[in-house]
This record gives sequence, structure tokens and C-alpha cells, in this order.
Amino acid sequence: MTAWKRLVTASVIGVAMLAAGQNASAQVKIGAVLSVTGPASFLGDPEKRTLELYVDEINAKGGVNGQKLQLIVYDDGGDANNARTFATRLVEDDKVVAMVGGTTTGTTLAMIPVFEDAQIPFISLGGGIQIIEPVRKWVFKTPHTDKMACEKIFADLKRRQLTTIAMISGTEAFGKSMRDQCAAVAPKTGITIAHEETYGPRDSDMTPQLTNIRNKAGVQAVVNPGFGQGPAIVTRNYHQLAIAVPLYQSHGVASKQFIELAGQAADGVRLPAAALLVPDKLDDKDPQKPVVVNYSRTYHQKTGQAVSTFGGHAYDGLMILTQAMERAKGADKAKLRDEIEKTKGFVGTGGVVNMSPTDHMGLDLSAFRMLEIKNGDWTLVPETGS
Amino acid sequence: MAEFLQFFFSGLTVGAVYALVALGFTLIYNASDIINFAQGEFVMLGGMTTVFLAATGMPVPLAALVAVIATIAVGLALHRFAIEPARGASAVALIMITIGASIFLRGAAQVVFDKRFHSLPPLLGAEPIRVAGAAILPQSLVVLAGAAVIVVLLWWLLDRTLLGKAVIATSANRLAARLVGINTRSIVGFSFAVSAAIGAVAGILVTPITLTSYDVGTLLALKGFAAAMLGGIGSAVGAVAGGLILGMLEAFSAGYVSSKYKDAVAFLVILAVLFAMPNGLFGRGHIERV
Repeated sequence: MTAWKRLVTASVIGVAMLAAGQNASAQVKIGAVLSVTGPASFLGDPEKRTLELYVDEINAKGGVNGQKLQLIVYDDGGDANNARTFATRLVEDDKVVAMVGGTTTGTTLAMIPVFEDAQIPFISLGGGIQIIEPVRKWVFKTPHTDKMACEKIFADLKRRQLTTIAMISGTEAFGKSMRDQCAAVAPKTGITIAHEETYGPRDSDMTPQLTNIRNKAGVQAVVNPGFGQGPAIVTRNYHQLAIAVPLYQSHGVASKQFIELAGQAADGVRLPAAALLVPDKLDDKDPQKPVVVNYSRTYHQKTGQAVSTFGGHAYDGLMILTQAMERAKGADKAKLRDEIEKTKGFVGTGGVVNMSPTDHMGLDLSAFRMLEIKNGDWTLVPETGS
Repeated sequence: MAEFLQFFFSGLTVGAVYALVALGFTLIYNASDIINFAQGEFVMLGGMTTVFLAATGMPVPLAALVAVIATIAVGLALHRFAIEPARGASAVALIMITIGASIFLRGAAQVVFDKRFHSLPPLLGAEPIRVAGAAILPQSLVVLAGAAVIVVLLWWLLDRTLLGKAVIATSANRLAARLVGINTRSIVGFSFAVSAAIGAVAGILVTPITLTSYDVGTLLALKGFAAAMLGGIGSAVGAVAGGLILGMLEAFSAGYVSSKYKDAVAFLVILAVLFAMPNGLFGRGHIERV
């Protein structure tokens, strides 16, 4: 009796394995190492949800080139060492044909050597410019960089004929990195940084720094690169001291939450942000409008959460990859890489992507919209004229 | 002159926050020689619970009251389930338990509440009071007044009531206290409850200034602890003085020296003071009280 049972079990398992094996051969494996938990979870979590959501959707429509996609996600918890271990596993055990992921700049940089060695296309979701500068053959990225945010702010300043600014930046990683980028591009765009102050990420009062900025002669505007609650307090203190010159915040605080925290003081503050934040404010002729409206509706319906730009980066990465697969008519890694690099006119949530052998991100300043906060809501600043 | 006054106001604002947090350390220390590193989490719980209850439509004063009671319950639970079972252990081991409790509470808050920043409406409006070219938010004065009220209540409790005498007796010599009929276990529990209440009140009052999130407690507790050490741990007046001095040091060094080095300047001064006066400005030495 037991022998009979064992035989049945074994044959059932055998058949199941056969079926699974057959299934796997008709699938294209895509890897993703994301920081779903840990300090960067507010980035990694929407990225994971987005990838799963859209891979299911693509498969429901019959897959790419008649082949189903199989998504393999690992959670690195925000740790670069873990990320590298998982990247090796994706390459050696799972044998993926491409990778979408790498939530932070840190985890991405740790994984780059693995994918460069294995010659597998790697579309990162990290923000840092170091990912694509210098250009690496197999590495691409979808999010805009801090440098572009600085350039966008400076372009708006020029339009208002303001050239001398002061900067007050947070000392956390984001604030520091953006401050350095702004300081680097300022001379090229004809902006003079007359005074600089900093604050700690947990400081609760920035009036001394702002008083010094107020007392500095000739300052025509103030830029605040920062992340978290610091910029909200800067904005409140700015209002408290009744400083008259315009205040610019960064894309780091481009969320409704910033308006809630800063309250009335946020009125008149300008900041660069992705189109995804303001789908209903976009002009009907805006090329990004259909994509952005569609993505935010789908994401909201399926997950019950509000969209974030981070999930949008994952959407862009997956779509660039699948479109390249269609053009390559298969999943050959080298062909796939070439086709990703040839991406032209792809309209994503982050902007219009035109890649080239020297530009593995392909976004220009039009990816950002300049927003002004009026009466507790965003308004688009017209980009022509003054 | 206007800038001097502004730096002074900034120091007052930040200092009042530190003072209020520092006050929470005094009572538990007085009763049991434990430095409770979960004190910052009491501050966080007070603020976050109020924010979330107020978001459900509950009036803010009622939400604040419930938040204080909830935090007291957490303080009592901390004593009953973490400190009490280890009552034979050394003070260092107990301090480590409070560090563990602080990590646990932070993690739990992340799950129960969320990971975002929140704020509460200020008690007396958001319009700054302008004096001679400088501006201060009314909430800073509210925080300062709150600290003053707590100092008076603590003084009254410790110096004027039998319960307070029992707390001091427990701290001085636990065995002797037990011999004269003091239930030292309830006294230490009582000190945790009161410290939790002080922390929660602090959290509710400072949230309109500092904003709050699940991890706001860590740094507030660190600064509050530094302030308490500077003033002399165990002394309520010392805690307030230490907080205000720390706030002033930060504000004036940010204003006159450099915002990059303000924390360094503040901590250097604290180190210097503690070298000269190891018990802090208002601290008592190792004199046995009877």
C-alpha cells in the first residue's frame, strides 16, 4: 500500500516538474533587486508593486513576442552587500536576460560590476548621476538626476532675471548630493551662490541660518536642497522671518505631504517635479498626459495607494525593456542592449526618453515641470515668457 | 541687535524642546538610577497618537488626553514586562533593556502608525510674534510654559508629598526603603508612569515645532539626555537649564560661527563643563540623603 502511494506521489511530482520545466522554457526571466524593506522602502515598495502589476498585465495580453515574462524579485533591505549577493544569484542561478531595479544609487553601484561582467542589460532606478557617468556599456537608468533639478531651478531663476542666490541645504545624503550638483552647475548657468548654510536632518529651528541669509546683501532667491521634514521647517521659518525673496525647494519634497506640513508658509514656494505628480494639471496637448493619467489610475486602482514618482521609474524601466525586446524580436542579451540604447521618443512617466551611446538616461529638462504652490495646491508655472 | 534677538529666540525655541524632553529623564533616574533611553519613544508616542486620533475626527484636546493615557499604559507595561522581571540586574543591564525597548517601540510605531511626517496645529496660532525685528512663534512660549509647569509639579511631588519622599527613599537605599514599609516595586512603576506622561505631554507640545514621525524620538532623546547631563541628571531645574543652554549654544554657534559646526560646538561645551563639574551644573554629588 505504502509503496503504491509512493509511486503515485513520485509520478505526480514528476509530471508537475515536467510541466513546470516546459513552462519555464517559454518564459523570459527578468530580474529585480529592490529595497522593498528598510530605510529606502518608500522607494522600493512602489517599485515592486508596479513591476508585479505590469508584468501580470503584459502576460495577460500574451506576453512579449509570444513569450511570457517571469519576474524574479529579491529584497536587499537597502543594503549594498545584500544587493550584490542577490545580483550574483540572478545571474548565476536564475539566468535572467535583463535586470530592472537597484532602488538606490548605493545598491546600484554595488551591482554594476556583476552585470557588466555577465554582459546583461541593467536598467537602474537609482537617482545618482554616477550610475551613467561615465557611460557603462550595459547600464541604463530611468530617474532624472539631481543635476537636472538644479538646472531646472536655475533656468526658472534666469527667466525671472534673478542671478544671485543663497543656498540652505540639509546634511543628509540627498541634500548633500544635490547641493554639490547645484554648486557645480551654477557657474555654467550664470548663477552666483553668494552664501551657503546647512542644517542637520533632525533640526527643529533654522531661523539663525535664515537670519544670516536675510542679512546677506544682494541675495535675490534662496534654494533649499533637502529631504524629509527639514525643508518644511525651513519653509515655516522663512515665513516666520518674513523674508521677501522667492524660495525654491527641490524635487525631494515634491509631495502633498510637504504642503500639509509647511501649511500657509508654503504659498509662493516653487519647486521642480515630475509630471506624474500633477496628472490632472497637465495640458491636454502634453505628450505625457495619457501615460501619466493611465499609470496613476491603474496603480491607484490595483494597490489602493497614491502614486509616487518612484513606482513610475519602475514602470518606465519595464516598458523601455519590453519595447526593446519587441524590436530585438527575442531575448538575446546583446541585441537587447543595443535596442535599449536605441530607445527614441519613448514617452514614460518620467519624461520623453531619447537614449544614445553617450546618454544612457535620455531625459532632458522637459522631464521636470516647475510648480508653484498657491492656496495649498500645485500650479504649473508657464515655461515660456516670464 | 535684531539678529542677536533672533538667535536668542531660536535658542529659546530649540532649548525649550530639549528641556521638556530632558525633564522626562529625571523621575525614573531619581527612583531607580536608570537612564531610560526609551524616553524619546514616549515623546514620539504622545505626538503620533495625538496626530492619528485627531485625524479620525476626535477633537485635539481629547486626542491629547487619550494619547497621554495610552503612553502611561506603555510606560507601565515597559516597567511591568521588561524592567520588573530583571529587577536583580545592575543599572547598566537595565539601561540596555530600555535601549531594546526603544528599538521595539520605534518598530511597532512604524507598523501601527506609518513612516510619514506629521504635524499638529499650534495651540495659539501660527502667526509669529514680532519684537524689534525678530520673530518667535507663540508655540515656543507654550513649550517653555509647559516645561515650567512640569518643573513646579515635580518639585511639589518630590519635596512636598509623602509619595515623593518614598521615591527619594527608594533611590537612596532600596533595602532600607523596603524595611520602612515602602513598596519599592510600585514606586519604580509609578516613576515610569509619570515619566511616560511627561514624555507624552512633551511630544504633544513640541510636535507643532519639530514635526513628528515614528523615529523622531531617537535624536530628541539624545539631545534631551545631553541637556539632562549638562544640567545634572536627576535635577528638574537642571534639566530645564541644561536644555536651554544647549539650545542657545546651537543657535548662537549656527548664527555667529557656522551652521556646519553648531552641533560640534554644543557638544564641545558640554564636554568641557562635564570635565570641570562631573555632576553637571545643578547635580548633587554622591551624598546620601536620609
